[in-house]
Amino acid sequence: MADSITTQGGSASRAKFFVGGLLIVAAVVYLIVTSTQASAQYFLTVDELVNRSVDVRGREVRVSGAVLGDSIQYDPQTLTLRFTVAHVPGDNKEIESQGGLAEVLHAAVVDPSRSRLEVVYTGPKPDLLRHEAQAIMTGKIGEDGIFYADELLLKCPTKYEEDLPEQTEG
Amino acid sequence: MVANLGYGALVITFLVCLFGIGAAYYGSRKNDHAWVESGRNAMLLTWPLLTVSALSIIYLLVTNHYEVDYVASVTSNSMPFYLKVTALWGGQAGSLVFWSWLMAAFASAVTLRKWDRDREFLPWVVIVSLITLAFFLALIIFFENPFLRLWQTPTGITTAMWQPAGSVPFAPSDGNGLNPLLRHPGMIIHPPMLYLGFVSFVIPYAFAIAALVTGRSDDRWIRITRRWTLIAWLFLSLGLILGGRWAYDVLGWGGYWGWDPVEIAAFMPWLTGTPFLHSVMIQEKRGMLKHWNMVLIILTYDLVIFGTFLTRSGVLSSVHAFAQSAIGPAFFGFIGLTFIVSLSLLLRRWQELKSEARMTFLLSREALFLLNNLLFLSIFVVCFWGVLFPLISELFSGQKVTVGPPFYERATGPLWAGLLFLMGVAPLSAWGHSTIKTLGRAIWKPALFSFAVIGLLLLAGVHHPIALLGFWLCAFVAAVTLYEFWRGSLARHRRSGESLPVALWNLAGRNRRRYGGYIIHLGIVLMAIGIIGIELFQTETQGTISQGEQITLGNYSITYDSLSNFDTRDGRNVSRAVVSVYRDGKYVAELYPRRDYYYESQQPMTIPGVRSTWEDDFYVLLVDWQPISSQSATFKVYHNPLVNWLWFGGFVFILGTLVAAWPDKDPEPARVRARKTVYAAT
Repeated sequence: MADSITTQGGSASRAKFFVGGLLIVAAVVYLIVTSTQASAQYFLTVDELVNRSVDVRGREVRVSGAVLGDSIQYDPQTLTLRFTVAHVPGDNKEIESQGGLAEVLHAAVVDPSRSRLEVVYTGPKPDLLRHEAQAIMTGKIGEDGIFYADELLLKCPTKYEEDLPEQTEG
Repeated sequence: MVANLGYGALVITFLVCLFGIGAAYYGSRKNDHAWVESGRNAMLLTWPLLTVSALSIIYLLVTNHYEVDYVASVTSNSMPFYLKVTALWGGQAGSLVFWSWLMAAFASAVTLRKWDRDREFLPWVVIVSLITLAFFLALIIFFENPFLRLWQTPTGITTAMWQPAGSVPFAPSDGNGLNPLLRHPGMIIHPPMLYLGFVSFVIPYAFAIAALVTGRSDDRWIRITRRWTLIAWLFLSLGLILGGRWAYDVLGWGGYWGWDPVEIAAFMPWLTGTPFLHSVMIQEKRGMLKHWNMVLIILTYDLVIFGTFLTRSGVLSSVHAFAQSAIGPAFFGFIGLTFIVSLSLLLRRWQELKSEARMTFLLSREALFLLNNLLFLSIFVVCFWGVLFPLISELFSGQKVTVGPPFYERATGPLWAGLLFLMGVAPLSAWGHSTIKTLGRAIWKPALFSFAVIGLLLLAGVHHPIALLGFWLCAFVAAVTLYEFWRGSLARHRRSGESLPVALWNLAGRNRRRYGGYIIHLGIVLMAIGIIGIELFQTETQGTISQGEQITLGNYSITYDSLSNFDTRDGRNVSRAVVSVYRDGKYVAELYPRRDYYYESQQPMTIPGVRSTWEDDFYVLLVDWQPISSQSATFKVYHNPLVNWLWFGGFVFILGTLVAAWPDKDPEPARVRARKTVYAAT
């Protein structure tokens, strides 16, 4: 029974489907490639950003760092938020080997020798912005060496699954 | 004591799994039914055992046993009872137990069915389910044990199951509590829904593997698991929709979906499960795409495991603040192994799974279904690429490069539009033979209607080209779908003399799968309208105003009336503003945007004031205020047109899935024979 149907189509219909399939694959590849080019952002650490600030000036980049609580200033009149972040390693393995994200963030804010980055963001002050939070920012670095963020994501590893050792220090 | 009980139950379940796998395997090799039966009994034993374990955790949670590390990290004294219970899935270790418990429940339920005609499947369904379960149990026992206790040693606090030498038990007087952001009804039921979706996809996969191993090349495995697949899909969809609603209510950015890697991880099994649901129909009806269906279900299963891993491990930076963990390599090993083994089984049976028919017409129903499959898979590839791109780029250039929401929106937008268009065309096409001419005859009326809608929108002043295209597609699909209901009921009405409403009811009732599917399509259209509204027409503004002053956004304005500040008994300090909303100068509502500060976790949480109508949502956030005088305050205001259509569409969508999954009484064998004879005749 399969044969009777196969003979109807023949190689012409097979070619039709083959070309159709190729067209779809080509369209999807095109969409992926152009969209990647249009919206790819370098994910840098504070160290890399500070050292390469000339290369990446005017380019959209992503950077992550540990928030210094004392540096947070907020002007509700203009909704301007200013704070400073300290360098944290970007590599997951490195973070892991230094005792996890909470430890790494803590180490970053107490170490004055770490490179630091001043950040300006306009908008509501995020609920999770606090001392030792991890800030992941998207934006551009300015001539003045200040990072102007368009987008600000915060991660508080100490909140959700907290390791208890901290409690013993008190 | 209870911790030991719970842990013991876990270990015993793990051993029972291993025994069950061995027994079922031996039984199937030696054709010894007693051993297979023994494997099945092992499967049935896992659920009560895991119930003991899960209840132990819940008991520890509600009785504040802070000497247990997990309890101390996810609950606190001030949390209400229901949050303590649901803290079972508030952290990684607990949610893995919960996952396993659901998995055991589903797998047990499926082994209780009558196996008369499919006896050869039984051992393999048991083996696949038990291997999956054993993997999760091993993760819990060896890496993520929720029963670990805290011990004070001379050097500090450690966690261990049993008392380390020279230590004393340690119990904090209060726990850390659940992140306030997660204390929302949507967030409490969102993880279980996703998990239910995840685990129920294991069942069709288990049957697919059983079919491959035993060499049964018919569509029996699909027919048995059709309802399981729909239920899996139902829960997964529900979980995704609830997650979106939670983000909209709680996260305070006026959005519902952020293309966050964790969201995408939960979305990817849906993107392969949905084409699977469609293409199994082609296998049932025409005996085609057998290899394809196998590939889709294997992919879906591994994406379910991958999703569980991503949502629970934090390998990718994300707003979902989950902990880093050591279980990554174990997950990747398991995913890789199951994928390779499944594919090699498929390759071994490749010849036996040949199609019974060939596709000849580009516009036939099966060709359009195939196109729908390809579009879904393309969206999946885009998502997969986006999630893995940082890792790929780091591997090749040493530089971590990420892609954000604009990437996903740009790359998937045209593909979604294509899918919408297919939703309009495919229901009108015929199986086997369909051409432009036959299709055109069916399509012109709905097409005419959809162009009329565009004309009206243009007159109403909508000029955004993408919005017009989107609304045109929505109008077209809605028209086609409703026209299908109309045509069907009218034919029934003429044939049987039933009144139209009765005819409609019977029509949908007799073909639940088809008309349930159409209701789902209507739900998608409604959701698409909402998404177009909020994505393309959302406006926002912000400002700091004194009492009595106004902020204006479009034809809306708000007046700041007052602010009050008070403590609540559950440990919050609430700052609540009162604002009046005016539309075209007329008073329409009073809203109470507020900020709750949780003392215990030192975290504020912003809760918007929302005026919600069919037309739009007016969404006000209290951003900041002068603490002493409360004279002036800062507000952020969003106008979200049509967003309620998204939620209502989600409701219709779920309703349609329920209709399609509702058990029917039609005897299956009759239908199988019907197909065989039809195609034998051609």
